[in-house]
Amino acid sequence: MTVPKLFQWLAGVCSFMTVWLAYVVGYFSVNLRKEYHEIIVVLPLYLLISFACYSLAVIGYRVATFNNCEEASIELKQEIEAARKDLEKKNYKFISDWK
Amino acid sequence: MAPTNKYSILLPTYNERNNLPLIVWLLVKYLGSEYEYEIIIIDDGSPDGTLDVAKELQRIYGDDKIILRPREKKLGLGTAYIHGMKHATGNFIIILDADLSHQPKFIPDFIKKQAEKDYDIVTGTRYVGSGGVYGWDFKRKLISRGANYVTQVLLRPGVTDLTGSFRLYRKLVLEKLINSCVSKGYMFQVEMMVRARQFGFSVAEVPITFVDRLYGESKLGGSEIVGFLKGILYLFATT
Repeated sequence: MTVPKLFQWLAGVCSFMTVWLAYVVGYFSVNLRKEYHEIIVVLPLYLLISFACYSLAVIGYRVATFNNCEEASIELKQEIEAARKDLEKKNYKFISDWK
Repeated sequence: MAPTNKYSILLPTYNERNNLPLIVWLLVKYLGSEYEYEIIIIDDGSPDGTLDVAKELQRIYGDDKIILRPREKKLGLGTAYIHGMKHATGNFIIILDADLSHQPKFIPDFIKKQAEKDYDIVTGTRYVGSGGVYGWDFKRKLISRGANYVTQVLLRPGVTDLTGSFRLYRKLVLEKLINSCVSKGYMFQVEMMVRARQFGFSVAEVPITFVDRLYGESKLGGSEIVGFLKGILYLFATT
């Protein structure tokens, strides 16, 4: 039995947020330069925004590169024609459907 | 390639009077004499007389090639597969839509791919390589890609196209999967892939083109999107 994806996510997010929160409220202190400290304070928000941007970029790229299979449609139309002719030859009873 | 393999093609139909003769003709064309196969038509009491068309095709192509397994009325897709499979004599099952959006010309690709590493499942993908769609506008593509992305992030299923239903299954594998899936509609197709991964079945993909002949008559409205999200979240929390 595998752990459901929901709990995998919760475990990941919770452990990150625990460490982050502990740092932000000063539970432990690390000797960091002021700039780094400022970044860490807003890190969850940064990550969230980066993920959103990444997602939008990926989806946008994939929509733009989604193959438009015109040839497949043309080929299918030709095959439909051939199929109808052949079925007619085989005395298919319902040819009136496409007449 | 083992010459003993037989492929049972399941075609669930509902009001496909015009498409059924064409899809059957195409199946016969591309499977021809090269493969051993049978086409099992499961018609759910179509009012347009699809069953009469199926009978006529059986007369033309023979009752060893065309097998009829009609049902009284429209029931679920999963049960249609089970119903059709009951008397299937193939060791592999191929599933595709009867409305011509899936093209039988790709079936030899599925079969070759399966033989490569003796895969349990081969699934068609519109999102990779030469795969694609025809007849979709921007909105439809956006919804499709967006929904696919959400699914990939949340479920990490290991396959690129989850909602497509053009697939080849080892018969025993399909039976086991259907019995363990609870979702309805196209979420059923998603769940089959997620469960397949859970059970440790091997899955391969081949690129397919999806030709939408309804030309933008999008079946994706607000309620479908809500239904999709609910289904994904259910699988997210339980698998």
